[in-house]
Amino acid sequence: MGVKPNYQDILNKLYEIVTPFIDEDIDLELNENTELGPDLGLDSLKVMKLLLIVEDSFDVSIPLNILPDVRTIKDFAKQLEVLLQEEL
Amino acid sequence: MTRLFNKFEPIKDALQSITGYGLESINVVMERVLSPTEALINGRRTILAGTNNYLGITFDPECIEAACRALREEGTGTTGSRMANGTYAGHIALEQELADFFDKKFCIVFSTGFTANLAILGTLAGHDDVILLDSDCHASIYDGCRLSGAQFMLFRHNNVDNLEKRLKRLGDKSKNTLIVIEGLYSMRGDRAVLRDIVDIKNQYGACLMVDEAHSLGVLGKYGRGLAEEICLEDHVDFVVGTFSKSLGSIGGFCVSNHQELDLLRYASRPYIFTASPSPAVIASTRVALKLLRTRPELRDRLWENSRTLYQRLHDMNFSLGPEPGPIIAVYMKDKEQALTVWSGLLKRGVYVNMVLPPATPDEHPLLRCSMSAAHTPEQVDIICESFSAFKELATA
Repeated sequence: MGVKPNYQDILNKLYEIVTPFIDEDIDLELNENTELGPDLGLDSLKVMKLLLIVEDSFDVSIPLNILPDVRTIKDFAKQLEVLLQEEL
Repeated sequence: MTRLFNKFEPIKDALQSITGYGLESINVVMERVLSPTEALINGRRTILAGTNNYLGITFDPECIEAACRALREEGTGTTGSRMANGTYAGHIALEQELADFFDKKFCIVFSTGFTANLAILGTLAGHDDVILLDSDCHASIYDGCRLSGAQFMLFRHNNVDNLEKRLKRLGDKSKNTLIVIEGLYSMRGDRAVLRDIVDIKNQYGACLMVDEAHSLGVLGKYGRGLAEEICLEDHVDFVVGTFSKSLGSIGGFCVSNHQELDLLRYASRPYIFTASPSPAVIASTRVALKLLRTRPELRDRLWENSRTLYQRLHDMNFSLGPEPGPIIAVYMKDKEQALTVWSGLLKRGVYVNMVLPPATPDEHPLLRCSMSAAHTPEQVDIICESFSAFKELATA
């Protein structure tokens, strides 16, 4: 198994993955505190789609149980960091 | 000022955005139901092509008579849960009849199909277990997973490689894993890739639950669903289903050869703390199950109607779900198009379901038709002709 990405790597990758999900009419620069729901307008369908892309991208399974604890990109990155560590 | 209700603002906005199409598009009222396939809507005789009434037996005289007799003899309700004071002879008889129909040792009847999924998933899997569910599964399956406390993960719809990847990552925990799929998916109307999933489940020592809600009475020579159709019933650990579609009433069930299913009665909160189905519901369901078993011609008629509509919509170049069947998904480009076509069909006297994202499998709204054995060829013609009025708009 290869070297696991660190928090910053995860964050950068998440910015890359999330960017296409932003509606054209939303003028926003992503940061750690960007909220997936209120700021990006992601509904449950888009969150599920995002989740599947993130799983493929990091080669990790993401339990849906984490979603109640994920409001911001930072929350998501922290959860991913833990999941990737568990896989080591 | 309370902020408790702030969360409802997006719902208000969404409702606001779909008004102005001349009809209350979400809250259709059937002022009078005339038959399994017709009702008065806005004072107009309307063909119902979005009811899940697959076998069309909601007005069957024998079902109605059985329900009336039960009402007269056993009253309007059980007024309690099965565990406290609500098990009637009819509940037990229906459980035995379902077990016999599926050739399984154990059966539990629930008050709704939704409750069946909450009860089975919420109890069967625990904190040390994992549930892998197809991403197109019904909301009741998602909620059952949440209730269980187990880790639960999606796999891409009907994507066996994606499922296997997850099982592989789980290592030995794959033996504590329950895979959940549906026989026939309620939105796109396609079958599960059950044969491939069974191979994988056996390889990794997982358990498999199939929700045959939309396939009961629809698939298989005897109407037992997808697993029967492809001769894999012995490989399915738990079959869940509903009475509210082919059986024309309301309720749910689970059958299995695992004796632990019977123990679930003592552990499942959605089972223990829900009032049991009313005697009339049980009585009509029992007759409906008998009709399902003894009148295969209903299934033949359902499929004839379904294939006809699918083919004719296909010939008109509508974008449709992946395979012909009693659920026909007609994809729309966007919400505006969906609302225009849906309300136009209703004005022409045809009712179908309109499903908007995020309740859809992808970002496209869809008009969902569900066919019935009770639709006449003339009604199928009218449904097709009504759609044809919108073919330029919807296929552009």
